[in-house]
Amino acid sequence: MEYDVYSVRKDFPMLNQQIYGRPLVYLDNGATAQKPLSVIECINNFHTSKNSTIHRGIHFFSEQATEEFENARKTVQQFIHAEKSSEVIFTSGTTGSINGLAWSFGERFISPGDEIIISEMEHHSNIVPWQMLCERKGAVLKIIPFNDDGTLEINKLDTLITVKTRLISVMHISNTLGTINPIRAIIARAHANDIPVVIDGAQSVQHTGIDVQKLDCDFFVFSGHKIYGPTGIGILYAKEKWLHELPPFQGGGEMVNVVSFQKTTYNEPPVKFEAGTPNYIGAIGLAEALKYLTKTGLSGIAKHENALLEYGSQKLSELDFITLYGQAPDKSSILSFNLKDVHHYDAGMIIDKMGIAVRTGTHCAQPVMQHYGISGTIRASLGMYNTQEEIDTLISAVKKVRDMFA
Amino acid sequence: MKNINEIQQEISEEFELYDDWMDKYNYLIELSKDLPVIDTKLKVNDNLISGCQSRVWLHADYEAGLIHFTADSDSIITKGIIALLIRILSGRNPEEVMNADLFFIDRIGLRQNLSPTRSNGLLSMIKQMKLYALAYHAKSKGS
Repeated sequence: MEYDVYSVRKDFPMLNQQIYGRPLVYLDNGATAQKPLSVIECINNFHTSKNSTIHRGIHFFSEQATEEFENARKTVQQFIHAEKSSEVIFTSGTTGSINGLAWSFGERFISPGDEIIISEMEHHSNIVPWQMLCERKGAVLKIIPFNDDGTLEINKLDTLITVKTRLISVMHISNTLGTINPIRAIIARAHANDIPVVIDGAQSVQHTGIDVQKLDCDFFVFSGHKIYGPTGIGILYAKEKWLHELPPFQGGGEMVNVVSFQKTTYNEPPVKFEAGTPNYIGAIGLAEALKYLTKTGLSGIAKHENALLEYGSQKLSELDFITLYGQAPDKSSILSFNLKDVHHYDAGMIIDKMGIAVRTGTHCAQPVMQHYGISGTIRASLGMYNTQEEIDTLISAVKKVRDMFA
Repeated sequence: MKNINEIQQEISEEFELYDDWMDKYNYLIELSKDLPVIDTKLKVNDNLISGCQSRVWLHADYEAGLIHFTADSDSIITKGIIALLIRILSGRNPEEVMNADLFFIDRIGLRQNLSPTRSNGLLSMIKQMKLYALAYHAKSKGS
C-alpha cells in the first residue's frame, strides 16, 4: 500500500493547529515527536478506567495492569527483534538507560587504566555518563573522530582498540549530522576483540527497522518520546548474559528476592533492573506507539522520510548562503545548517514566527560544534508526518531570514 | 532627561506601530545597528554573560554618580533588545537602576525572549546590570 502522509497527519491532533496565525510546521522531531491519537487515547483510557499498580496486587485491576505491562515488554521485544522479552528493561529514557548501564557496567567491569571508546559526534548523554564512570574508576575515555562530511573515521578504530578497551558506545544515527554510522562494522571489530558494544538508538529506532539479534549489539537504548510514544519511558535492551552478570543500578521494591538487614538477594532480570513502581502507563503507551508504527509500515515511513530528506537537502544546497552540516552518504532525517553571517538564534526566532518549529543551538552535542568551530546550527528534524510543502515553507522562511539580516 | 518609566512608555508606543511580528523584529534589527560599538578590549571572558543560544558582553563604568553601560551580542536581535535596555538604564544613578521595573518587556511582547529557558543571556544581563548598580550603590555609600 502506498504511504499516504496526508492521511497519517490526521492521526496526530497536535499537528492540526495554527501558531502566530500560520499552520504549524513541526520540524523538531529529533527533540521529541508528536503522538498519534491511539497513543493519547490509550494513556487516557488507562488513567480513566484501568489504573492500578503492577506486580504487587492480588486484585483485578492490578493483575490486568501487570498483564498489559508485560505485554508491552513483548511488543518492544518484537519491535527490536530481541530474542527474549526479559532482555527488555524499562527505564526513564535513553539518558536513564545509559546512566544506569554506565554505573552498573562500571561497578562490575571497570578498573583503573581501563579504556572506553565513544565517538566525537555523540550526544552529551552518551558522553557524560562515561566521563563520570572514568572519573569514578580512573579509566580513560577515547574518541573516534569524524570527517568534515560527518562520517566517522572508522579506520581509526583499530588503533584505538587496545587490550585495555572494555566497552565501545556509539550512536546509531547522529542527532546533529544525521549520519547513519556503520555500527555493524564497529560491532564486528569490537567483538573480534571481545569488547561489548552499546548502541544509542535514540535517533534511529523511529526511522529504521532495528534487529538487535542481527546487529549482534550487546546493548541498545532508546527513548519512548522520540518514537511517537510518551515521555519518561525508554528502553535498555541487553543480551541476557549481561543481565545476569551486571549488578542492579537501583535498589528498592520488586527488584529484590529476599530482603533482610544482613543480606538482600536480587530478583531475576528484567525486574532486577526495575526498582520501584515502573512507569507502567508510559510502557503501555510506548507499546501502543510501536503498534501504530508497525501498522503504518516501517518501510513506507522510511521511504517517505528519505525522499523528504533528499528534497530538503537539495533545496537547501541550491541556496548559496547556506552551509549544510553533515553530508554523509548514509544519512537520515536531519537537516543541520546555518545561514552565512546570520546567528542561528536570530534565524530561529524568525523561523519560529513563521509557524515553524526547529531547534537552534548545540543540540546537546557541543563537541560537534567545536569540530566545525561554530556556536550552533539550525536543525530541522523530520518525522513520519512531514510533507514536501512543509519543506517548501521552511525554505521560504530561510529566504525571509536572509532578506531580513542581509 | 526623561525618567526610566517615561522612556519605557516611549518604547512601548514605538512598538505599538507594528502589528506584525516581522516588523517588530525588523525594528529590533534597526536598533541593533544604533548600539554603540563596544570596545573590543572589553569583549573578554570577564564581561561575558554566557547563554546556551547567544552570548552577551556587558561592561559598566561609574562616573560622577552615574552608571554607563556598554554591551554587545553575537545575536542581532539580542543586540536590539540590549540597545533598548541601555537606552533605559544607562546614564542613571545606581538607585534608579536597582529599582527599575522593566515593564516594557511585557508591553512590547518580548517576554519570551527573556525566559530562563531561552538562555540567550538577556535575563542574566539584566541581573548583572542590577548587580553593578548594587555594587556602585554600596561603593558610593561607603565613600
